[in-house]
Amino acid sequence: MSDYVELSNLTKTYPTPKGPAVIVKDFNLRIKKGEFVTLIGHSGCGKSTVLSMLAGLNEITDGGIILAGKELAGPGPDRGIVFQSPCLLPWMTAFENVMLGVEQVFFTASKEERRQIVEYYLTVVGLGDAMHKKPAELSQGMRQRVGIARAFALKPKMLLLDEPFGMLDSLTRYELQQVLIELWRKNKITALMVTHDVDEALFLSDRVICMTDGPEAEVGDILEVNFPRPRERKAVMEHPDYYKFREHLIEFLEIHAHKKHAKPAAPTAVPPGPPPSPVSPSKLSTLDSDQIGKPLKSETAPV
Amino acid sequence: MKSFKCDWLILPLLGALIVILGWHVLAGKKVVTKDAEGNVASEERKGAIPALPNVVETWESSKPYIVEPFAKRGELDQGILRFTWLSLVLVAKGYLIALVIGTPLGFMIGLSKFFTKMTDPIIQVLRPVSPLAWLPLGMVLFLDAGRNASELAALFTIAVCSMWPTVLNTAVGVRAIPQDYLNVAKVLKLSRFKTLTKVMIPATLPYMFTGFRLSLGIAWLVIVAAEMLTGRPGVGGFLWQQYNALIYEQIILCILTIGIVGFILDRLMSVVERRFKTA
Ligand SMILES: Nc1ncnc2c1ncn2[C@@H]1O[C@H](COP(=O)(O)OP(=O)(O)OP(=O)(O)O)[C@@H](O)[C@H]1O
Ligand SMILES: [Mg+2]
Repeated sequence: MSDYVELSNLTKTYPTPKGPAVIVKDFNLRIKKGEFVTLIGHSGCGKSTVLSMLAGLNEITDGGIILAGKELAGPGPDRGIVFQSPCLLPWMTAFENVMLGVEQVFFTASKEERRQIVEYYLTVVGLGDAMHKKPAELSQGMRQRVGIARAFALKPKMLLLDEPFGMLDSLTRYELQQVLIELWRKNKITALMVTHDVDEALFLSDRVICMTDGPEAEVGDILEVNFPRPRERKAVMEHPDYYKFREHLIEFLEIHAHKKHAKPAAPTAVPPGPPPSPVSPSKLSTLDSDQIGKPLKSETAPV
Repeated sequence: MKSFKCDWLILPLLGALIVILGWHVLAGKKVVTKDAEGNVASEERKGAIPALPNVVETWESSKPYIVEPFAKRGELDQGILRFTWLSLVLVAKGYLIALVIGTPLGFMIGLSKFFTKMTDPIIQVLRPVSPLAWLPLGMVLFLDAGRNASELAALFTIAVCSMWPTVLNTAVGVRAIPQDYLNVAKVLKLSRFKTLTKVMIPATLPYMFTGFRLSLGIAWLVIVAAEMLTGRPGVGGFLWQQYNALIYEQIILCILTIGIVGFILDRLMSVVERRFKTA
């Protein structure tokens, strides 16, 4: 399949009092139609920045994004967005929140058809009984369900998820991951998700993109996750490759954690360590990056 | 102090009682001295503040206005609630003008930095000007309006004085609209009109109502000044007339009425305000 989304040399620079800060530099990524891609990386490396540029809510300093053959210009309802906090309008009910977008996108549909769309998606995410409640009357998890329903109800070309389950307890998170993956499978929507949760990334995605640390963050490593679909949590966790993948991702994050910690120290104070040895291909078969180093020391893993 | 049962009722009553007692003690009293035959020799007022009527005198003299609150004996001799009603109508008109002008103005100031910079000094200069200063200007402005001149001048004064809290609070509210909400509008590509009605106005409402409440307080405050200077019938006009007629008892009646009405208005508005805060 051809590339559906293309981020080429995407760069973001913020002006700061100390001069321009290059947060993301030459970020290149191609996503196929219907693919589920996850972005992981350390806090502050620029994941949300990439996502918000895709959403059109953050200006692109350099480079460009092509979605379905067209260069992106500004925000639009063709990208469904689910952020960490679902950004519902508190004066509207769940139904009205979803309807606000449905009215915009399906303006030719009849009132009845629109109502059906809204009710369908709210029911699918499990809010059949609570759709006429205001966000304040809903739990955090229920609000996020509304957010997911809203994103899917617009039949977007692409789904952008920024730590959508980050604020939820693990049980709710599992439930919502299930809701999300079902909807995604049925609607075949191309998705890019940011997460901190390695297990979540492995369960949901076709590919995991590891971002290097900022400033000047870019794509560091790409991991193909070829578990068969439809996936079941138990089957995924028992898959022979699961722990290998998991190790690999954690290792990647760890290396960059070490790099980050070493950065503020004076360079002369630390004796230069051995250059990072390449990861043996036998250890990580599906790895398509050869730039990965092992952790320098076997300190206790910050997991 | 530990709170006890009914303290919400007893403590305010106690406070009121102390104030009334203090007033009564300080107030003057009519002292009649009689000669041997029992004829009135001299009549004078004594006390710490001889001219200040005491509680009993105030009540006696105000009774007709309170007992028959809707009576109309003359243009400036009406029951106290009738006066209050006249004042309320005038205030309502002026207040509405203030809201109709102030709310959009606040929105524009909140939306545009350009507009903020342009209007800020003007607002800061006009805001502290007393109603007593605005009223003569109002009279001049509506000099040609003939019989309506005094009403228009009063409305102008009320509107100009009470507008500012609405303007400033609305502007603050617009600036405080969370970016998240605006992003929702952007992502959905809502039209300007829909963005305004579905996102910006609902998001600003709590601030707007704070402004409305403060504005109403000021509008009511201004009424006395407006009625005094224009001589219109109403609580303020009545107060001024009775002062000029040396009937001091009713000044106190008017002050109490103005205070109680203002308090009730504020309470009503804060109920409305709270409804929008939680919504
Ligand atoms: N308006 C701004 N001006 C300057 N720097 C900014 C601005 N917004 C974000 N940054 C910087 O950009 C960097 C990347 O931010 P971003 O929110 O994309 O990180 P992230 O990877 O999403 O982090 P997290 O995992 O914690 O959500 C941060 O270091 C942040 O300080
Ligand atoms: Mg982020």
